[in-house]
Amino acid sequence: MTGNLPDCSAFLDAKGQVLRELPDFARDAETLITLYSMMVKTRVFDAKAIALQRTGRLGTYGSSLGQEAISVGVASAMSEADVFLPSFREHGGQLWRGVSMEELLLYWGGDERGNDFAGPRQDFPVCIPVASHFPHAAGVGLGLAHKGTGGVAVAIAGDGATSKGDFYEAMNVVGVWELPAVFVINNNQWAISMPRAEQTRAETLAQKAVAAGLPGEVVDGNDVIAVREATNRALDRARAGQGGTLIECLSYRLSDHTTADDASRYREDAEVSRHWKTEPLVRLRTHLVAEHGWSKDDEEALLRDSRTETEAAAERYLAMSPQPARAMFDHLYATAPPDIAALAKEMGDG
Amino acid sequence: MADLTMVEAIRMALSRALEDDPDVIIFGEDVGIDGGVFRATDGLMQRFGAARVRDTPLSETVIAGMAVGAATQGLRPVAEIQFMGFLYSAIDQLANHAGRLRNRTRGRLSCPMVLRAPFGGGVKAPEHHSESMEAMLAHIPGLRVIVPSTPARAYGLLLAAIRDPDPVVFLEPKRLYRALKEPVANDGIALTLDCALVVRDGSDLTIIAWGAMVAEVGRAADALAERGISSEVIDLSSLKPIDRSAVRASVQKTGRCIIVHEAPLTAGLGAEIAADLAEHCLTSLLAPVVRVTGYDTVMPYAQLEDRYMPDAARIQAAAQHVMEFA
Ligand SMILES: Cc1ncc(C[n+]2csc(CCOP(=O)(O)OP(=O)(O)O)c2C)c(N)n1
Ligand SMILES: [Mg+2]
Repeated sequence: MTGNLPDCSAFLDAKGQVLRELPDFARDAETLITLYSMMVKTRVFDAKAIALQRTGRLGTYGSSLGQEAISVGVASAMSEADVFLPSFREHGGQLWRGVSMEELLLYWGGDERGNDFAGPRQDFPVCIPVASHFPHAAGVGLGLAHKGTGGVAVAIAGDGATSKGDFYEAMNVVGVWELPAVFVINNNQWAISMPRAEQTRAETLAQKAVAAGLPGEVVDGNDVIAVREATNRALDRARAGQGGTLIECLSYRLSDHTTADDASRYREDAEVSRHWKTEPLVRLRTHLVAEHGWSKDDEEALLRDSRTETEAAAERYLAMSPQPARAMFDHLYATAPPDIAALAKEMGDG
Repeated sequence: MADLTMVEAIRMALSRALEDDPDVIIFGEDVGIDGGVFRATDGLMQRFGAARVRDTPLSETVIAGMAVGAATQGLRPVAEIQFMGFLYSAIDQLANHAGRLRNRTRGRLSCPMVLRAPFGGGVKAPEHHSESMEAMLAHIPGLRVIVPSTPARAYGLLLAAIRDPDPVVFLEPKRLYRALKEPVANDGIALTLDCALVVRDGSDLTIIAWGAMVAEVGRAADALAERGISSEVIDLSSLKPIDRSAVRASVQKTGRCIIVHEAPLTAGLGAEIAADLAEHCLTSLLAPVVRVTGYDTVMPYAQLEDRYMPDAARIQAAAQHVMEFA
């Protein structure tokens, strides 16, 4: 499905027209502006991260260009008691949850201290082995249910992840144990060079939920309102003890897979250009302008603030002193066995 | 103090852990009403409820991965893989997550979980039910790998594994599940995890083994003693980390070493121990370090199993060889 996306549940169309009655939160200007601001900030952050990588100051980085509404929409529906288990492309969600830009840069700069973020302390670090965090989400859901605090585990991964057994096996246990866990698929139509159509013959990825006895639905992942609204409903169900949900968010990867990729090897520019017409920021901005008095000045101020914040974070990141080599041993075990303690000592504080 | 088999001692430790700590939960295939295929969890679901002793769908990935997730939330999952031959798909979770999470979050998240699995041969089980893949697990950073050799050791080591703040793979030699009984006190006392145990003092050679092979080595040592050869027997017990100082100290005393394991020879744990001795005890060695192991082949099905497993005769022959080395 690398052409135009099929009809799916949206509140705003690509031109910012309201398609159906908005949920309450989406009638509140402040909420919409907060969502929009985080999406813009994520995009500015992505651009900065790529610039840092191109100048040798960051490692391989996967941009979320075009998929900001998914990450931000999902995270914005979550509460503090919930646990987020992101894949490597969900910077907006991590930022929304409170991970700082400089912590994200630190991590993608190759420093594990970036995963020791000041908050939210219970959230998982990004998962690199595709789909292997879905079983964690089941376990986190089990733990949260045990605690009885009403928390829900929310895991997110890409369309490629749905071809893996872990994804299905985890959905299956979430179904049969009725665990409070929400699985979100960022269907950006590509898994590196593999188009969605070659990933599976399943008509939708959401229908994979049927096999696990979970509700599955497809939403327009370029409409932050639709993403948040679907996540809200899934979280409500989980909190009410009704178990898990699979949400497929349709979007498009406007960037290369990562900074190490060259997408022109496997896809046409025309396809990318076509999808620029449906990207998530413009429609919300159009709606804000039309309905909530969002002005040119507001837009410029937002961009300026986002850039200032990102630049300041990048400067702090670049000024951080490197971790000593012994750090590779320091947190291997709660208490280092003699061999490991000896290695740490040998490596020293340099 | 009751005389217990190893499987009874394991059940007693699980039961004790469930009593002592409300965060301990058990899950795996058929661990509930059926009590596990070896009955290690027999009666626990009835006693502690299905929320704490729970049957999972048939997925080793989920058993291991769910344990990782649950452990991060303050639970102490004790998950069971039904047979070690089915643990391969759980290695993804062990290597990519359980062993890494504390390190990659610089201590923010951790994985206090235990993954139990019956392992090893000697009970004429179906194909894929008798493997010994401990070396693969011992190769994974951040894990502990423990193998008990007696009922009392199983009780104390399992309690220690459950209380440990890091992930532990607990391998249960199924040949020993019902092989012998010994008195085991339900005293709630955990043994120390990272230690090897000298189970027999000797002066002529050191024989290192773990799990079911410890008893086989004991039989060989008895026979060797009759011929005037004094063997020091070490139950390695902790396969990761290896108690290197205990091994070195013994070999520095005896000057000779044999390592016995059921797993295939090549890249087995015996190689690691032999290399360590070559690096650290060369001047003490009076003979080459010799390995008596399973062969570099697929674990044979029931009929040829006995021909594959190291036995007292092969261990004695190796001992003879190192004793006669000029
Ligand atoms: C288990 C696994 N296999 C392969 C890879 C290498 N890899 C990284 S991202 C990726 C494609 C992922 O596609 P998708 O799930 O659609 O996520 P996206 O990158 O599009 O966000 C691959 C093959 C990996 N990280 N993990
Ligand atoms: Mg994708």
